[in-house]
Amino acid sequence: MSHAETGHLLKVEGLTKRYGARIGCADVSFDLWPGEVMGIVGESGSGKSTLLNCLAGHLVPDAGRVMFDTRAEGMKDTITMSEPERRMLGRTDWAFVHQHARDGLRMNVSAGGNVGERLMAVGARHYGEIRDSAEDWLGRVEIDSGRIDDRPTAFSGGMQQRLQIARNLVTGPRLVFMDEPTGGLDVSVQARLLDLLRGLVREMGLSAIIVTHDLAVVRLLADRLMVMKDGHVVEAGLTDQVLDDPQHAYTQLLVSSVLQV
Amino acid sequence: MSDYNFAYLDEQTKRMIRRAILKGLAIPGYQVPFASREMPMPYGWGTGGVQVSAATLTPEDRLKVIDQGADDTTNAVSIRKFFERTAGVATTEETANASVIQTRHRIPEEPLTEDQILVYQVPIPEPLRFLEPSEIETRKMHALEDYGLMHVKLYEDIARHGQIATAYAYPVKVEGRYVMDPSPIPKFDNPKMSDMAAIQLFGAGREQRIYALPPYTQVVSLDFRDFPFEASKADAPCDLCGAEDSYLDEVIVDDEGGRMFICSDTDYCRSRQTKTTGVGRVRSREEA
Repeated sequence: MSHAETGHLLKVEGLTKRYGARIGCADVSFDLWPGEVMGIVGESGSGKSTLLNCLAGHLVPDAGRVMFDTRAEGMKDTITMSEPERRMLGRTDWAFVHQHARDGLRMNVSAGGNVGERLMAVGARHYGEIRDSAEDWLGRVEIDSGRIDDRPTAFSGGMQQRLQIARNLVTGPRLVFMDEPTGGLDVSVQARLLDLLRGLVREMGLSAIIVTHDLAVVRLLADRLMVMKDGHVVEAGLTDQVLDDPQHAYTQLLVSSVLQV
Repeated sequence: MSDYNFAYLDEQTKRMIRRAILKGLAIPGYQVPFASREMPMPYGWGTGGVQVSAATLTPEDRLKVIDQGADDTTNAVSIRKFFERTAGVATTEETANASVIQTRHRIPEEPLTEDQILVYQVPIPEPLRFLEPSEIETRKMHALEDYGLMHVKLYEDIARHGQIATAYAYPVKVEGRYVMDPSPIPKFDNPKMSDMAAIQLFGAGREQRIYALPPYTQVVSLDFRDFPFEASKADAPCDLCGAEDSYLDEVIVDDEGGRMFICSDTDYCRSRQTKTTGVGRVRSREEA
């Protein structure tokens, strides 16, 4: 993969975050190519969310670099870039899907307003056009366009999560961070959501980093997998390879702990 | 005179407020924090405006105070009396004769001049407040010009009411930079703020913020391309003076659905009546 030096979408080097003496995540390095989906699994407290938040610019890591292929200037360290630049990325090329839809939605703003917010943040000033793309996106995430003026409080958990995804993808981001996107949903809703996500990821050629403790989610969505324990990456590789032939003791435990129905 | 220091506040406090005002003038539309003092009136009665006026007044000034355009309402009368007593300044009800005008919810109809200062009373200075409760976050949004949220509010208006239903405290952008709450003036008054010859000062006492517009500052009301800003008013002429260009109050006159529209700017209405009838007489509401 020597040719890929210029083709990276994201290049993470030695990322470390400490909470005082405790380790959040330590010395994490990986590469992400355009169109690739990376899964991060591990038990609670293993540093998955810390890592994701560092990558997405919500937390400032203590060491390391997060190089992102910006449209204007090519590879650029998102940790040292200025806050306005990072925020601009956050509403154009990046998207962040929270585990709890309430954290990612404005609950007192209608569904249409939620989807339109990112468009307006990047300068859309035509009500009709904003509404059209909101309607289009509600359709894509299988929300009836008749609900466009309803507030998310009137939506079910699964709908809220799909609305959050629509709201994030409306500006055509290139990299999506997802923190347990299916957590807290019942299994049939999960399955539909995964189906939807898989379709969108393939159709839009999205790259994504998905943090989850649910191995079924990464099996379905992720091309590659990183397994974390106590803040360290203990194993990484192609998803099927890691899940079918786990090498590290912890990964073996993780894989064998999945309940079989 | 009285035993009060000139204009009630002590000199150090006035100095502190003047510094905030100067900073506000230097950065039009930016909210400058200041150490708001307790005033001998409740919050919501214009404690911010009163402090800004107190710091602005000189003994030679002539003060006019209006509340919803009127000189004779409780709030206006009380504040006028307050400064008559504590500053001993001359007062007037005539817009053209005033050098300092403190206002609540209106801008006078008569264009102001370079020799005048308009002081607004502001209840909530933060235009983003009802959308984003965190002050830390709103300050960051101002700093980074992250104003998409402001249009979400207007979007919601259109989605719910078919038009931008915000009729007062209509958000504006100052000199292409800061989004500002113009205080609860009707949106009819928004265009008057732009390119105004007078200095405009805004004081929020409870929220401890001062902001300002220097003379001839560009102020643009936010809108959508397909739903442009409209300075709306009641579609009628004033029943007392016949003015068609002034902002009107609707007054219920009986319990059988009778109503009349009259200028909310009492001084403007009176001066027009004087001109048309040639008599300095004010028709009362009962007469009309």
